[in-house]
Amino acid sequence: MIRLKVNGASRQFDGDPDMPLLWYLRDLLDLTGTKFSCGMGLCGACTVHVEGKAARACVTPMKSVSGKSVVTIEGLSKDGTHPLQLAWKQCAVAQCGYCQPGQIMQAAALLREKPKPTDAEIDSAMQGNICRCGTYQRIRQAIKMAAGVKA
Amino acid sequence: MMREQNVRMVSRRGFLETMFSAGAMVLGVQILPEEAQGAVSWQPSVYLGFEPSGTVVIVAHRSEMGTGIRTALPMVLADELEADWKQVRIEQAIGDAKYGSQNTDGSCSIRDFYVAMRDAGASARLMLERAAAAKWNVPASECKAQSHQVVHAKSGQKAGFGELVALAAKQSVPAKSELVYKTPAEFRYVGKDVPVVDLDGLVTGSAVFGYDAKAPGMLYASIERSPVFGGQLKSYDDSETKKVKGVVATATIDPFKPPHGFQALGGVAVLAENSWAAMQGRKKLKVNWEPGPNASWESGALKQALLEAARKPQKVVRNVGNVEAEFARAAKTFEAEYYVPMLAHAAMEPPAAVAEFKNGKVTAWAPTQNPQAVQDAVSAALGIPKSDVICHVTLLGGGFGRKSKPDYVVEAALLSKQVGRPVKVIWSREEDIKFDYFHTVSAMYFKAATDAKGRPTAWLHRSVFPTIGSTFVAGATDAQDFELGMGLVDLPFDIPNHRAENGGVKNPVRIGWMRAVANIYHAFGIHSFVDELAHAAGRDRVEYLLDVIGSPRKIDLAAQGVKYWNNGQPLEKYPVDTGRLRRVIELAAEKSGWANKKSGQGRGWGIAAHRSFLTYVCAVVEVEVDAAGRVRIPRVDVAVDAGTIVHPDRVRAQFEGAAVFGASLALMGEITGAKGEVQQSNFHNYPVARIHEAPRMTHVHVVPSSELPAGVGEPGVPPIAPAIANAIFAATGKRIRELPVKRHKLA
Repeated sequence: MIRLKVNGASRQFDGDPDMPLLWYLRDLLDLTGTKFSCGMGLCGACTVHVEGKAARACVTPMKSVSGKSVVTIEGLSKDGTHPLQLAWKQCAVAQCGYCQPGQIMQAAALLREKPKPTDAEIDSAMQGNICRCGTYQRIRQAIKMAAGVKA
Repeated sequence: MMREQNVRMVSRRGFLETMFSAGAMVLGVQILPEEAQGAVSWQPSVYLGFEPSGTVVIVAHRSEMGTGIRTALPMVLADELEADWKQVRIEQAIGDAKYGSQNTDGSCSIRDFYVAMRDAGASARLMLERAAAAKWNVPASECKAQSHQVVHAKSGQKAGFGELVALAAKQSVPAKSELVYKTPAEFRYVGKDVPVVDLDGLVTGSAVFGYDAKAPGMLYASIERSPVFGGQLKSYDDSETKKVKGVVATATIDPFKPPHGFQALGGVAVLAENSWAAMQGRKKLKVNWEPGPNASWESGALKQALLEAARKPQKVVRNVGNVEAEFARAAKTFEAEYYVPMLAHAAMEPPAAVAEFKNGKVTAWAPTQNPQAVQDAVSAALGIPKSDVICHVTLLGGGFGRKSKPDYVVEAALLSKQVGRPVKVIWSREEDIKFDYFHTVSAMYFKAATDAKGRPTAWLHRSVFPTIGSTFVAGATDAQDFELGMGLVDLPFDIPNHRAENGGVKNPVRIGWMRAVANIYHAFGIHSFVDELAHAAGRDRVEYLLDVIGSPRKIDLAAQGVKYWNNGQPLEKYPVDTGRLRRVIELAAEKSGWANKKSGQGRGWGIAAHRSFLTYVCAVVEVEVDAAGRVRIPRVDVAVDAGTIVHPDRVRAQFEGAAVFGASLALMGEITGAKGEVQQSNFHNYPVARIHEAPRMTHVHVVPSSELPAGVGEPGVPPIAPAIANAIFAATGKRIRELPVKRHKLA
């Protein structure tokens, strides 16, 4: 039995301990904001926070999150008012939007470590997150807006 | 548990009927605009409903894959109706021919439905005004709709849309000749950056994409398909698969019958209680394939065949003057070959669909660009009437043309019929890349003769590529008119001797249209070659390009004997206008500061301009090539003339995104095949641009225009690759004649 916290709620899982966290969140908990895209940790669409740090849920087996706290896009804020979510809306970042929960979760982890990131730090932190629509310049803009640094 | 949005989607089928029974007014405006009276096979139909409360319900019948169309078209209707956007609810249409074409492909949603939306809005507005006039016993001409109410200024009477719904419903639908349209100055929403309707859901994770759809009791299916296109299943052993916890069943899907069209590819499916179990079970499958004749497919050999074909005379598709005579006479001639490989769409959301077969009918939930194609394909595969296929459209996690082919929905429907439960088919990234409907490979040969100033006096463009037509006619090699019309036969240059030729070669894979389609390779060839000529002439690229294009004029392609597709639009309405092309070049040059840029020593600027999807686009790209040969793109300036635009910010976003899409294919995109199999599988070997590789800042400059609306989703892509290659040449002196750039040593 694996016990963990998801968005603050205690959960128990007695399935395949090798099942990636991604499928547990999506298929079993119906938290579909965390997206599947590559399954190899190459694109960042499934980014969540494990113990406050960004993790790729598609390559994070359930056994590795035993006793840990997981936060998904649904738990990032109560009502979509995390500064990044507000900035994302203001900058109209999303096109199709599929990668954006992962982008926002990655950016949130970045701002926790570096509240005033430089351009280089943003590029470094965000280069694991692919956006096929090509919204990168607005992602950068929104992160800076949320961080209160000059665009 | 069915997700909330899906429940709502189910209820949408009854939307129109239930509204009638609730005493609401439903307005169905069937309009056949002038555009439809040619050979064009679309008939727009707009549905607009009012709830008794006065809430306006607008049906979005086109698919949302990131362009903002689910917002933009309803904006047009709401504006013309004088509705208050806050009192508008958007409902996504199911697939139904009554809406006209729902094929969200070809950058035509605004172009084809702008007028229909205005007509629907203006009709309903007039009916509301007439209803108010009757109620107050005043002339209708004195009643005016204003922000969700009708006002009679003389008497000061006002009535909300809700109050008038029942009365308005009794009015007859006005004739088009009675409609009075708002002037642009009166627009409330058109031309304004209205936040897209899905904005909240997109940042909180609640937006429902196809991959997120669920139905009660559904199984998840992962499908093993032949690694060689057209391979046949010999046998399979699922004994180990069935031992995987959560696996419920295996099932086979019959192989397609040529032509493959939108059929399921065929294969062995593993059905399980969750995605992971389905994937694990599939890993344990032992499958024997008879690979068939395509096992010898090699993209390297195909490339040579294409290049060789391009060196020989091919079918003439446009001919002006006499290029051969001019080549023989000219003092100087130039030749060059260009090559663009196969590409995969790689939308972030791989294909997925939920389908339930029950009582002889199929209900599907799918991220599809074309729900009516879903109806057709599922109907054909299951042998049921089209009307018994109900296709709900979810949000699409990117489409780029891939999701206009509904093979994955067919798979879900076939499996549901076999197992008697709803089935969600999930494609992995590997399957998405290996079994794509690929953007076709192409080879091009160019030859030009030039005069003393280096200006071309003769131009030959030979383009050889396997055609998308082979998806619909087995073995087809002749290019489709739309492929030829994407840059090959519509070159807008003022050259007295001009010839375009086309040849075809078979390629045993599924070929499909991808964002900008044939414009991608044609623009790459044309603008690389014109850059080579400009360099040989020692002339400024902008000045040279404008000279080659020549004076502002409308090119009469019909007079040259060219059967020109023109996106299905008559040339009288959407001419090939060199004046508009010149203007975007001048604008991009001005905004990029072209005149003051000095290329060289690892830094360079390149330019390309292309008309596609009836829109004129010029890109100026700045590149930096470092000592290690790495290419960075600090800045792109894109000038756009797309005619009338509805949502300026979403237009800018499309061109920002197109610059990234174009950079991906130019710098790193390549699909290859060996021993019959596609060699790429995921983002490590089919990379797309990441944040540090994409253009750092793309500035979009939109030409203010009241011309007819054209396209914006695709035309931003074609100029990017040649502008990048030209900038690399300007920076390094190295000419890129084959994409992707990563194949070349630039250090």
